[in-house]
Amino acid sequence: MHDEIKNGITRTEQNNSMNYNVNEQGYYGEFGGAYIPEMLYPNVEELRQNYLKVMSDDAFQKEFKELLKEYVGRPTPLYYAKRFSEKYNTKVYLKREDLCHTGAHKVNNTIGQILMAKRLKKTRIIAETGAGQHGVATATVCALMGLECIVYMGAIDIERQAPNVARMKMLGATVVPATSGSKTLKDATNEAIRDWINHPEDTHYIIGSVVGPHPYPDMVARFQSVISEEIKTQLLEKEGREHPDYVVACVGGGSNAAGAYYHYLDNPDVGIIAVEAAGKGIDTGQSAATSALGKVGIIHGSKTLLMQTNDGQITEPYSISAGLDYPGVGPMHAHLFQSGRGEFISITDKASMEAGIALSKLEGIIPAIETSHALAIFETRKFKPDDIVVVNLSGRGDKDLTTYIDYFNL
Amino acid sequence: MNRIHKKLSEDKKLLSIYFTAGYPEVNDTVPILESLEKNGVDLVEIGLPFSDPLADGPTIQASSTQALLNGMTTQKLFEQLKDIRKTVSIPLILMGYFNPVLQYGVEAFCKECNEIGIDGCILPDLPLAEYNAHYRAIFEKYNLINIFLITPQTSQERIHAIDEASNGFIYMVSSASTTGAQEGFGNEQTTYFNRIATMDLKNPQVVGFGISNEATFNAATKQAKGAIIGSAFIKMITENGISGIPKFIRSIRPL
Ligand SMILES: Cc1ncc(COP(=O)(O)O)c(C=O)c1O
Repeated sequence: MHDEIKNGITRTEQNNSMNYNVNEQGYYGEFGGAYIPEMLYPNVEELRQNYLKVMSDDAFQKEFKELLKEYVGRPTPLYYAKRFSEKYNTKVYLKREDLCHTGAHKVNNTIGQILMAKRLKKTRIIAETGAGQHGVATATVCALMGLECIVYMGAIDIERQAPNVARMKMLGATVVPATSGSKTLKDATNEAIRDWINHPEDTHYIIGSVVGPHPYPDMVARFQSVISEEIKTQLLEKEGREHPDYVVACVGGGSNAAGAYYHYLDNPDVGIIAVEAAGKGIDTGQSAATSALGKVGIIHGSKTLLMQTNDGQITEPYSISAGLDYPGVGPMHAHLFQSGRGEFISITDKASMEAGIALSKLEGIIPAIETSHALAIFETRKFKPDDIVVVNLSGRGDKDLTTYIDYFNL
Repeated sequence: MNRIHKKLSEDKKLLSIYFTAGYPEVNDTVPILESLEKNGVDLVEIGLPFSDPLADGPTIQASSTQALLNGMTTQKLFEQLKDIRKTVSIPLILMGYFNPVLQYGVEAFCKECNEIGIDGCILPDLPLAEYNAHYRAIFEKYNLINIFLITPQTSQERIHAIDEASNGFIYMVSSASTTGAQEGFGNEQTTYFNRIATMDLKNPQVVGFGISNEATFNAATKQAKGAIIGSAFIKMITENGISGIPKFIRSIRPL
């Protein structure tokens, strides 16, 4: 097996028949596509026709790489978590996306997309946000480039993520509450899509995860693929080989996971572990574990797994972590689940909160609650002592302090 | 001949009404249809409510949310419409998002439509390419006309492709927007209406989005075959109920 990559632009054919990347038609297996109303067609088609061309352009790559280095602070360390490893009797490396500017992996994608928007001559940027991390990352790059920025955020999330709302405002963005439906991430996404329908010419929609119509899942995965590109080099230095035995990441829509898996998708020696939010428990009706509770359907322009009623109405997910509170997963992850390539684990609020405290005390790193879900699997999922397990530490916990405080009466 | 074709062959401008099934009350669907026919409406789009109607503005969103709260489902709609052809003879089109249809089963859905006497469907988020590749044969088997949208941004080339795939009428979205009444039509719309009128398409066009009164109806149908009123009708029925229908229709199309 060999695949040589320049930020995910080219992948050589795999010898095994299963392909985990997107095909020409925009599908991962049976998932993906672009189920969009005609009003969105010109915008999405413009992007589809241009994104690979733009991304493979040398000048684009140069600008992208430079910003990732000088502005975001990449490469992020691959840190061997000694005390955490001792506790679980295996070798755990943490990919420190929490050290990215703005505090999470989200900015890798927004840097890429703002450069894309400029190449497409767009002057107005819109985005949706749940926890506010993607909103902040979008507002940040808009400030950097001097572009107008409008962020849609569920009215309920605006209340529970107040510090991020303030950050977006400081960065010059307009935050618009989504008051329709359940007033959370899926409704913010609906509102952003409606905005795009109403502004068909000057606007680029920076989607925050590997969701939405083709080419978004693929484009976002490519921008995030810098994560696994760096892991390969860093692991080679530390362990003498490019691939770990496992890569673990939390999955909301799935962008940090897609980036962490990207260059290992076709390597059968690497186990892929996706961690979803079980909320209060899979059978409680208050959960966001899409692989366990979802069925095939269409959400936000993509055919994928989503939580819905028998009548096809999209249901409201629940998780203590706003960033995992999404009723679907990106089509890449639906395919990883369905094909058996990925191992899917769901983690409750309680287990994740405890894992967040554990990492803080063992390693001096306070993780985002989304990330805490990925860290919690070590309590139940056992690894061999010489297994190398990379956990994508997708974000830091500053934004979640009030949730940690309330939960533990700190 | 499908009822839609027959209606399109009549020598008049067509007035079409969109309403959300199960709104304001769950059992209003059939009385609304009967009243629309009695008051001279030419065809009807029956909206299947969806939890996430991303092409719709606030009015239709709110009616969908309420209809779902009222207990509306695809199954229930089919039950309500079981005997509709005993009392209503104008063309009936189901309009909704693709996910509920997918969950019902596309073939089961089309079969049910056929048995009831539904004439066509508008599924805005089922794209042309998907339809042609996977679903066209099923729709045709059950004699259902699938209607596609075009917008002011749709390229000439794509309009021709849509015209080719269509068999009935083309749903001409009046402007770059979600559904909802607008103040009126400006130069941009006039230019767009003129451009489409001179394209010599094989299918007639019916204009939708932003039609709310006699003036916008007349402007839209100056060249197009008909026009669809949605949000303005839903606003009216929210305020006045079913008994407000005769007056509303006469305000668009005086006797
Ligand atoms: C720190 C962090 N991790 C993970 C996620 C989930 O998103 P994704 O699954 O796209 O990585 C979020 C979303 O807000 C986040 O802020």
